[in-house]
Amino acid sequence: MARRVGRISPFNITALALGMAFLYLPIVILVIYSFNASRLVTVWGGWSLRWYHEFFNDRAMLDAAWMSLRVAAVSATIATLLGTLAAVGLVRGERFRGRTLFSGMLYAPLVMPEVISGLSLLLLFVALNAERGFWTVTIAHTTLTMCFVTVVVQSRLASLDRSLEEAAMDLGCDPVQAFVRVTLPLILPAIAAGWMLAFTLSLDDVVIASFTTGPGSATLPIRIYSEVRLGVKPEINAICTMVIALIAVLIVIASLAAKLSSSEAKSAAPL
Amino acid sequence: MSGQSPEIDTAKINTAVAQATAPANDTPLLRVEGVSKKFGDFRAVDRLSLDIKAGEFFALLGPSGCGKTTLLRMLAGFETPDEGRILLGGRDIAPVLPHERPVNMMFQNYALFPHLSVRDNIAFGLKRAGMAGAAIDTRVGEMVALVKLEGMEKRRPDQLSGGQKQRVALARSLARRPKVLLLDEPLAALDKKLRESTQLELMELQRRLGMTFIVVTHDQEEAMTMANRIGVMDAGRLEQVATPRDLYEAPASRWVAQFVGDVNLFDGEVTSQEDHRLTIATRDGGSIVVAEPRDLIGKTMVSVAIRPEKVRLSRRDPASDAGTLQAVNRLEGVVTDVSYLGGSTVYKIKLDSGAVVRSSIANTARLDIDTLSAGRRVVAWFTPDDCMVLEK
Repeated sequence: MARRVGRISPFNITALALGMAFLYLPIVILVIYSFNASRLVTVWGGWSLRWYHEFFNDRAMLDAAWMSLRVAAVSATIATLLGTLAAVGLVRGERFRGRTLFSGMLYAPLVMPEVISGLSLLLLFVALNAERGFWTVTIAHTTLTMCFVTVVVQSRLASLDRSLEEAAMDLGCDPVQAFVRVTLPLILPAIAAGWMLAFTLSLDDVVIASFTTGPGSATLPIRIYSEVRLGVKPEINAICTMVIALIAVLIVIASLAAKLSSSEAKSAAPL
Repeated sequence: MSGQSPEIDTAKINTAVAQATAPANDTPLLRVEGVSKKFGDFRAVDRLSLDIKAGEFFALLGPSGCGKTTLLRMLAGFETPDEGRILLGGRDIAPVLPHERPVNMMFQNYALFPHLSVRDNIAFGLKRAGMAGAAIDTRVGEMVALVKLEGMEKRRPDQLSGGQKQRVALARSLARRPKVLLLDEPLAALDKKLRESTQLELMELQRRLGMTFIVVTHDQEEAMTMANRIGVMDAGRLEQVATPRDLYEAPASRWVAQFVGDVNLFDGEVTSQEDHRLTIATRDGGSIVVAEPRDLIGKTMVSVAIRPEKVRLSRRDPASDAGTLQAVNRLEGVVTDVSYLGGSTVYKIKLDSGAVVRSSIANTARLDIDTLSAGRRVVAWFTPDDCMVLEK
């Protein structure tokens, strides 16, 4: 008989426990202490929702959170639109001159240090004499997250059988109708996953946002960062716990969408 | 959502086709005139001309990479010819986009829309044509019945077997009632048994609908089973266009003879020609007498081709009992290999001259007491009429 897959041995359990602890213990501690009644971050004073209550009465924090959510939603939407167009152009478009250069440049923000992206965007906005605030952060986040969307959509599109679009055209669709009626429904899960990825990336970013934001429009990560410098308040734990919960939900949805997408890709693949 | 323009254009072409096909039946429905298509430096299709009549079941046969799929894709409108014209019902369809052509294609991998049900896949082209809802339901019902998929309408393509997918693809491409149906390797993905039964169904369907079918295949048996006429392609050119029988019994070239079926070839030189009989001295030192109906043998260097089933074997000299010594070619040798194939047995005979001849003998009796085994001396013989003379 073959060895059972995933056999549980003491060694495996220890390795798993240590690995998980390394990754998630800090987060678990953060979550637990967000329910701490004590004012001191490191001293346990019993369970309480006090700091959540505090947060919802903290005007400045709430503004920052609202700002972050707006930036994330708007930049993710623009990035998804542009990223999808770029992916369609790269995979389905005619082989244009400089195509390789274009696809290389699209990936540059993936590996570019954020400090450099942030600084160059800051210089651009200063040169343009743009008033820094909501829109500058949103534009900066769009440039950051667009390439992630492109990567996700591009891989899905590349795995899609070209003859599906040809079949649609053969059956009376012009190229635009073929895209809307056949290609778009099939890459929609990837587009959704791309949007959620862009949303979480934007929500999470502190470096680029701090370069490109202006006075009075701090995002949540910037606000938290500046608060922490003055000393960690338990309220921060409560905020972080809520952000973690939001991101966890989005990641689960995104991975479900990606799973749906790949299972459909399988059935669409040639025999 | 579906624009009216495709519908109108299709109607225009349909009437053009009807006008061209109705009065004189001898004008071809589809005419390919000197069409070429290059991909970079590679000539996929090379100045190819072809006429296809309405109602024909035509097969494009050739090895992979011979350009047959490219030609089909040009007919569908997915590729544009670099040179030449394609006329459908007398009208040049070069400027007509794929979605406006009265031609539908069945794709090799079926290209079923995975996000749509069987019903919606079949109805897809009808909706684009702006057909009314009730009419679509009726037509889809007809199509589902035609390909025997009743009860499967609500399934998704990934819930279907290979054979069922093939039927959905067929129904979808037939639903718009195209003037010409293009089939790209329609049976390649099916197993042998299913392929054979589907061949017969396709033939029956084509006869019943009276549609023109053009099928691309690399399988010569499939082409010969289904098609009225076969165009054999190699390196972007049509080597021969003929009925299955002519293709097999009177191939136009050595290449066609070898591609379609099995063949024994002898290279040689024409030494004398009298009374429609040619005598050919073969390179291995023998001589073969052949009947030559075509009187235009320009070259002296030729190949003699004999199909294995026309080579008969005997242990004794056939001339002694046939009494027609002049008319029979006899080659002596030793059986080296016997392959029993069920319906027939193939013998390999090494001739005394050194050449190898294959002979295929039908197993007409269940109990064969007279079987030839390896090592036995035999006479391989065939009549002049069974030989084909091919110029190189």
